Amino acid sequence: MLFEEDQSSTARRTLSASSRILRRLHLDGPLLASLAVVISYGLFVLYSATGQNLAQWLNQVERLGLAVGALLLLAQIPPPWLKRLSPAMYVLGILLLLAVTVAGTVGKGAQRWLTLGAFRFQPSEIMKLGVPMMCAWYLRERPLPPSTRDLILLGLIVLIPAALIAKQPDLGTAILVAAAGFSVIFLSGLSIWVMVAGLVALGCAVPVAWHFMHDYQRQRIITFLDPSRDALGAGYHTIQSQIAIGSGGVFGKGWTHGSQAQLEFLPERSTDFIFAVIGEELGFLGQMLLLAMYLVVIGRILYMASEAQDTYARLICGSLGLTFFVYVFVNTGMVSGILPVVGVPLPLVSYGGTSMVTLLSGFGILMSLYRHRKLVGS
Amino acid sequence: MARRSVRIKDHWGEQRLFVGRVIFALVALVSLTALVGARLFWLQVVRHGYYADLSQGNRVRTDPLPPDRGVIFDRQGVVIAENRPAYQLELTPEQVSNAPDTLARLAAIGLLEKEQLPGLERLIKGSRPFQAIPLRLSLSDDEIGRFAVHQHEFAGVEIATRLARWYPFGASAVHALGYVGAISEEDLKHIDRDAYAGSAQIGKIGLEATYEQVLHGTAGYRQVVVNAQGKRVERVGSGFIHLETKPAHAGNDLYLALDMKVQKIAEAALGSHRGAVIAIDPSNGDVVTLASTPTYDANLFTRGISTIDYARLRDDPDKPLLNRALRGAYPPGSTVKPMMALAGLEFAAIDPKATRLCHGTFSLPGSSHQYRDWRKNGHGLVDMRRAIATSCDVYFYALASLLGIDRVHETMTKLGFGQLTGIDVGGERPGLMPSPEWKQRTYKQVWFPGETVIIGIGQGYLLATPLQLAHAVAVIASHGHSFKPRLVVAERDATTGAVTKHAPEQQAEVVLNDPSYWDEIIGGMVAVSEPGGTAYGALHGTSYKIAAKTGTAQVFSLGAGDNANNDSKRAERLRNHAVFIAFAPADDPKLAIAVFIENGGHGGSVAAPIAKRIFDAYLLGKYDDAPVQDPTGPEAAAEEPR
Repeated sequence: MLFEEDQSSTARRTLSASSRILRRLHLDGPLLASLAVVISYGLFVLYSATGQNLAQWLNQVERLGLAVGALLLLAQIPPPWLKRLSPAMYVLGILLLLAVTVAGTVGKGAQRWLTLGAFRFQPSEIMKLGVPMMCAWYLRERPLPPSTRDLILLGLIVLIPAALIAKQPDLGTAILVAAAGFSVIFLSGLSIWVMVAGLVALGCAVPVAWHFMHDYQRQRIITFLDPSRDALGAGYHTIQSQIAIGSGGVFGKGWTHGSQAQLEFLPERSTDFIFAVIGEELGFLGQMLLLAMYLVVIGRILYMASEAQDTYARLICGSLGLTFFVYVFVNTGMVSGILPVVGVPLPLVSYGGTSMVTLLSGFGILMSLYRHRKLVGS
Repeated sequence: MARRSVRIKDHWGEQRLFVGRVIFALVALVSLTALVGARLFWLQVVRHGYYADLSQGNRVRTDPLPPDRGVIFDRQGVVIAENRPAYQLELTPEQVSNAPDTLARLAAIGLLEKEQLPGLERLIKGSRPFQAIPLRLSLSDDEIGRFAVHQHEFAGVEIATRLARWYPFGASAVHALGYVGAISEEDLKHIDRDAYAGSAQIGKIGLEATYEQVLHGTAGYRQVVVNAQGKRVERVGSGFIHLETKPAHAGNDLYLALDMKVQKIAEAALGSHRGAVIAIDPSNGDVVTLASTPTYDANLFTRGISTIDYARLRDDPDKPLLNRALRGAYPPGSTVKPMMALAGLEFAAIDPKATRLCHGTFSLPGSSHQYRDWRKNGHGLVDMRRAIATSCDVYFYALASLLGIDRVHETMTKLGFGQLTGIDVGGERPGLMPSPEWKQRTYKQVWFPGETVIIGIGQGYLLATPLQLAHAVAVIASHGHSFKPRLVVAERDATTGAVTKHAPEQQAEVVLNDPSYWDEIIGGMVAVSEPGGTAYGALHGTSYKIAAKTGTAQVFSLGAGDNANNDSKRAERLRNHAVFIAFAPADDPKLAIAVFIENGGHGGSVAAPIAKRIFDAYLLGKYDDAPVQDPTGPEAAAEEPR
């Protein structure tokens, strides 16, 4: 008896020891664990999706290290600092976006990159965090739901950077930035009727937007509506992607055995269309498993948001969760053919360092906000 | 002051509002995830079969395996047409975005000729997009080098190693063999494209065309895994399907009756003359020699003949492309005299022993027009044998006139004049055996008795090909037994190696009222090569007996005042045609020959020595291929027999 008790208390102590370490590092165990599962699954798929290119795979692992570093670092920053930094970060982001339109580097037909010495980065990435932080900062002391004046101001805060990014042109990132900002507004208690009115207004704005679109963006929409119209041109991505997914079946063709992916019929197989590789090689079950894991991550984030103690933390956490879902939905929707092709990577899985660093940075902020709570009564 | 409510932050209320929003969002995102899941279910479960087929079609390409073309051997087993590896320039339409531009750029670096471009463009349009089309059949090392330098500019154009036809004897026997060439737009209309998948060449003329079905074989195919760029890749992973391969079925080999040694002798003997020689084995119709000069190198065509080379052949006044043996229709001249004699015997119009006085001219009763003998003062008293031996014109003028055109027509037709012999190589012409009906049909005129008279010496409307003459001689040599002339005597199945001999194809026998008539006319033909005969000078001194007949066909009708025989003064093109027919040995015929030389002059002095050389080679194995001395010239006697 004594022995048993001793053992159980040892176990409890071990558990609390590891949770103490996590707490000291301001990290959230369940979120960290679920992220680790998604990232591991992503790396497993990526090895196959790069055509079993080990060098490329190791490159991604290296960037993952960088992103984890950013997460650990940001988790240590106390929330008041974050709060204070928010407007500065937003203004810096706007300035950089303006700089890009003047002195940016053109890559793949779009002016997105800013080169500082040997370092190239996309200022639009900063805005993925900068916009929701600015919105939350604006609303931090204001009573909720926000007043009409607040809403107009918030709208400008969101739409100005989104427009600048769309102009680059980078529709995918613009959508994500706008989604991040609007998710804050949504969570702040925006009237459902205003949302409905907004959607109607958006519908009316479509012809206007069409007018301002670049040819390739119009083409993408036309192609989305009828991919077979240009099967070897713009519709190629969509068609090949659906062939890859459909031919995978329930169980898939097996890891590294997907002919669409391995023989390069599937374009952008390791980046934007990696979800199709999962569909082809790991099948319906493999894709549903990933979607379920994403829902676990999002669920945990939303739980953390509802536990937050002030408006700022609540809004940022919630917004990060919802934006993460927008990432997932836009990418999987585009790959499976229910949304037009926009350049949005599959979060935590697609090859590419920038998106990984941005996402994990966001989770770092989230953990900082969650772990710096004043724990009443514990 | 207006009612301005100061809103106080309600922390608990905001917390509740936020949780409400989170729940709202959760419902929304779970529904949207379910939407994606439903879409995936549709693609992967419901439509799986459809997409699986599409993905299969993406990665598997069926490459054709062209068959090896059958080899052609002569009667001694010597290879006369075979296949050799050659470098070929190919274009795959589906990999080329702008075919006319690509072709123009290939022309700019000298790999194609401008004149070829429209034809190639049409060919590309009419072809299947995934099948490689040969642009050039045989590239030189220099051209391969030139293409290698520019290769990166030509996506979809490649150099492939393929087997190409090769004729080791080059220009020899080309009018019998024919040649293969690139498959044209026209060819595509009537071939089975599956059988020709991957084949670059097709028989265009001669045996290569006639026996195309036998020689070509059937294409096989091989399925290969390709990547999105269409490049062949090794199998990726084990989840791949079984790849099918069907081997090509090679074409059958042909064995010819042709004897290349004899053929070379015949061609050497013809030398620079424009003419034809046909030699047939009377016992079975085997064509031992089929020569037509001038000739040309068949390999020019297998390589893809250049426009300049082709124009040179086409516009050459000597017409090397013309197959004179099968398609040259000429007046047979005096070589018809034995056949006239046969008609005379058959219709009991003459007694072979009866003599007739030849004093140099013949006139129809009630007409003052004089038909002249080639010997001004005539041959004196001649019987049938002597009339053949000396080629007495007056005797045969009278005989033809006596028989009338209908009987002449009947006998000559039995011997094969005016109709195709049915030789197994295409392009043969029927010549012309005139009749009153034919004249009425063609000229809407009645037949004049004078026209019958000159047919007696092989002039007038009568036209025969060298092949028809040789065939008629073979029929006479075998006493009426007629075999369809043939080049191909056997086929060898490429897969089993089994040789199938073709049986000689016997035609309706020429039956006479009295078989001894054959001996009567053959006796006359033998006398031709004996002292006093018109070919004695050319044929004497052989260890075997030759039955022969000389002929000198007039190119145009001469007026009474002209000197018909002074050829050397006339432009070469206006000289008489030299004709000669013979078979030997006379008592046991092994070979029947017809020699025809355009503007050659006299059959006895020009054509007969060529025949003798062929007999020597075939019967005695004497292969002396020095050219026959050209006997034309001033020393040619003023009076030469016809």
